[in-house]
Amino acid sequence: MKALKTIALHAALLIAAGLTAFPLFWMVSASFMPTGEAATFPPRLLPSQATLEHYQALFTRLNLGRAFFNSTAIALLSTAIALLFNSMAGYAFAKLRFGRRDQIFRLLLAVLVLPAQVAMLPLFLMLKEMGLVNTYWGVIIPMMASVFGIFLIRQFMLSIPTELLEAARVDGASEWSIYWKIVIPLSMPVLVTLAIFTFMASWNDFMWPLIVLTDNDRYTLPVSIANLVGEHVQDIELMMASSVVTVIPVLLLFLVLQRYYVAGIMVGSVKG
Amino acid sequence: MARRGPLNGSTEPDRRTSVFGSETSKQFIGLSSAVFDADHLDTMTSTRQNLERWPRATVRALCCALALLLPLSFACTSEPPGTTVIEFWGMGREGELIDELLPQFYAENPGIRVRTQQIPWTAAHEKLLTAFVGESTPDVSQMGNTWVPEFEAIGAIAPLDQMLAASEIVDINGYFPGIWQTNIVDGHLYGVPWYVDTRLIFYRTDIFAEAGWSEPPKSWSEWVRLMDVIREKKLAEWPAYLATNEWQPPVLLGLQTGSPILNERGTHGEFSKPEFKEAFTFYTDLFARGYAPKLSYNQISNVYQQFAEKDFAMIITGPWNVGEFRRRLPEDLQDDWSTAAVPGPDGQPYPGTSLAGGSSIVIFARSEKQDASWKLLEFLSRPDIQLKFYGMSGNLPARREAWESEVFRADPAMRAFRTQLENVTPTPKVPEWEQIASEVWEHAEMVIRGNVPVDRALELLDRSTDSILEKRRWMLEQKEQP
Amino acid sequence: MRSETRAALLFLTPALTVLTLFFLIPVGAAFFLSLTDFDIYAVADISNVRFVAFKNYAALLTTPIFWVALRNTLYFALIGGPLTVGLALVTAMMVNSKLARFRGLFRTVFFAPVVTTMVAVAIVFRYLFHTRFGMINFGLEAIGIPTVDWLGDPRWAMPAIIILAVWKNFGYTMIIFIAGLQSIPEELYEAARIDGAGWWSQFRRITIPLLAPTFVFVGIVTAIGYLQLFAEPYVMTPDGGPLDSTLSVVMLMYLQGFRWWSMGYAAAVAFLLFVVIGIATAIQLRLRKDLGE
Repeated sequence: MKALKTIALHAALLIAAGLTAFPLFWMVSASFMPTGEAATFPPRLLPSQATLEHYQALFTRLNLGRAFFNSTAIALLSTAIALLFNSMAGYAFAKLRFGRRDQIFRLLLAVLVLPAQVAMLPLFLMLKEMGLVNTYWGVIIPMMASVFGIFLIRQFMLSIPTELLEAARVDGASEWSIYWKIVIPLSMPVLVTLAIFTFMASWNDFMWPLIVLTDNDRYTLPVSIANLVGEHVQDIELMMASSVVTVIPVLLLFLVLQRYYVAGIMVGSVKG
Repeated sequence: MARRGPLNGSTEPDRRTSVFGSETSKQFIGLSSAVFDADHLDTMTSTRQNLERWPRATVRALCCALALLLPLSFACTSEPPGTTVIEFWGMGREGELIDELLPQFYAENPGIRVRTQQIPWTAAHEKLLTAFVGESTPDVSQMGNTWVPEFEAIGAIAPLDQMLAASEIVDINGYFPGIWQTNIVDGHLYGVPWYVDTRLIFYRTDIFAEAGWSEPPKSWSEWVRLMDVIREKKLAEWPAYLATNEWQPPVLLGLQTGSPILNERGTHGEFSKPEFKEAFTFYTDLFARGYAPKLSYNQISNVYQQFAEKDFAMIITGPWNVGEFRRRLPEDLQDDWSTAAVPGPDGQPYPGTSLAGGSSIVIFARSEKQDASWKLLEFLSRPDIQLKFYGMSGNLPARREAWESEVFRADPAMRAFRTQLENVTPTPKVPEWEQIASEVWEHAEMVIRGNVPVDRALELLDRSTDSILEKRRWMLEQKEQP
Repeated sequence: MRSETRAALLFLTPALTVLTLFFLIPVGAAFFLSLTDFDIYAVADISNVRFVAFKNYAALLTTPIFWVALRNTLYFALIGGPLTVGLALVTAMMVNSKLARFRGLFRTVFFAPVVTTMVAVAIVFRYLFHTRFGMINFGLEAIGIPTVDWLGDPRWAMPAIIILAVWKNFGYTMIIFIAGLQSIPEELYEAARIDGAGWWSQFRRITIPLLAPTFVFVGIVTAIGYLQLFAEPYVMTPDGGPLDSTLSVVMLMYLQGFRWWSMGYAAAVAFLLFVVIGIATAIQLRLRKDLGE
């Protein structure tokens, strides 16, 4: 009976996993197909003859390498700044005692309900006045701090023993060195988690870069490939290759770091 | 006693800690608190040490990468001394091809360099407006001539009268008058026509012949008869392909029946009037009678492939597709297709009128390099360059002189265009045109796919148009007040 | 204490400045914007702006296209939300099951779609949904179900978007459910088994109630996210879909605001959406309270 259940369970898991993985598999497969092969009937699963021509076209004629660089630079900068700003604020809410701390925090959480799109129009006009339209910083700025990040860090830091910090204070350490030398090293798991979250959010961000960037040279990958679709909708294999280039880096990042990412989400504790 | 959880060796947290008193917040945060359990951190040390070792090295590496990137993020493009760099935006295929003309331009204008950007037509209007608002417009750009009034109204593009007067290359007499007119707003010139565009029928000559037509149809009823034959004899999957999200076919049919589309001052729609209704009914009937599939242009993955495979016998499209058809259709099919002027309603001379479209070259008001931009504009307006560009793209030259060339006369696909250009009508020159045009196809779609009756759809279209034009009415009133 | 307050100021300033300057202030400005008819004419010359109070809102509420967009968005959230949560729960239970092997591998596969770029996968799905050459219809035909004109039929365009969204998002919710499932003490299940309770009974009496806070969290987060639907329809059906059946509220806002530059009008759309999200969140919290404990 148990064997039957196990087999049924694994069959279901395999089917579910197969269906989930299939679109990504087809994306990669089609990107290697010769032009026109992806739009045949009956549809093909594998290329008749693998070719790199679409990747070549992307990186030479269509300059996707530039978009790749832009995405990487913007994502790295956003992540670094967000980590710093969010962890500082999260620490303040978790461990520093000051008036109305919890009320302010609750107010901040209320902000989560506001859809980001509401802010986009005036923010665009504001950035225009500041001369930041069509720049990296115009894209990075909204990502520099987030309520979600502050929340995540705060929840984690709550568990840092206050005695540790008090002891350091007694020893004469400054608040900043307490933060930098004690709290940050202890918070590595959540920092790694937040770093991955932020990097992926920035890499995958579409609507805001679409609005802010007008120069082809500054486009991030998602904006670039949306642009390509507009012009090359008939070149399916080319579009699949562009999707692969966009998706593979974050997928690899996830695969390599998932231990930390998922552990960060799920870290529990040992009971006494 | 530690119990090992199934996934990662960690064990279940026990209490749910919460900072807040209120029950609601507690529940809302409950999960995350459970996830990041507060009280047992000291026993996490081993896990944490494992997690720490790896990231620390990464952090160092990232910091180095960032240190390198930070200055780059502020970088501006620097110009080599002595040269002027102007930025040009091209749309669609033209945007890709312009680069091939530049070497000759550089040879003749050594102090100027051009940075080009290619923008797909589907995003072009948006991108231009966004660039204007964001103060990041290029110096000189291609622009659909139906957009010129709009960009003039917002002050985005510069008047060209002075530069025109001083120019020896750009001369008003070298252009089709109707096309030239599309660039005049309030008596001033705001763009120079680059290429002309109109809509024609591109069709499979072999299928037409099989159906018994050695010449393309000359009137609406002939056209319908032809499509009937194609459908009955199944000479193609569908007689025609008309993308349901294009405004050009219904509007050009409206122009053919004599509809002004909007009233004289451009303050109200005239869609419910008999002229437009006749055209609109004819258009939507084509789908109802099964002559065209109910597909938008997003649903056709490759129109060339499907044209080759006889999915449809004809489409209504523009001159850029001459180049595309030659490039993308198989060799053995090149003798089996041609172009034809559009037929008009019965009783009218052939050809029926079509759209006076095309692209102009405009210079942006905020550009500080207008003289250099004008040089590029002049270059692109030279008849010989226009001819060359035609050879590359299939785009029809705006210069009449180019049409006299032998290269041009001998091209069979061009005959129909020459015929058609004798009879083209511009669309209303209101800044809101682009938005109104998209309402036209949206309401056509209501009839085609949604079974809304024609009268109702036109009534809604008028209502929608009127609300779009409300601001314009207000602004005209303001201007008229003493 | 005072040095801590000073420190707090230092630590909070960067993040709070960013949030205030680049989020809260724009939101406030958006509200004022929605009370004007700010449009492209106004960008050219600010004197072209008129204060119209709530006229934008009135116009929106009487324009059919707004209700179409709202209906589409609600349809998407009300069907896609539960589907996502349901699928996430089922896969979480499967992966968490004591009988399962290769858990890590399955978990990875299920989570992979979450990290992919929406634009990229929307492009892939656009081709998968192709009527003739797409794999999905091919698969349907292979098992004997009639094919569907996914992106062309007004009845099936939104389901296509829902399928994409569910595929992309269920992995994330699954992870949260796994964490929640793992927090349920094993003794409870053992005790129930000893008492003779079957699988379904265990599920109903133990799993569901103890996962209740998780459901609330997941429900709210999913609803908020889904009501902000934009990227999927923008890439898959850029013109709003057949008969505007995939036009979402955020897409309407984007088109009005960044395509036609009717920014006052678009700001009103954004605020109406905010109201809808607020109501949806309040309903969920209320339901929890009423059904709870």
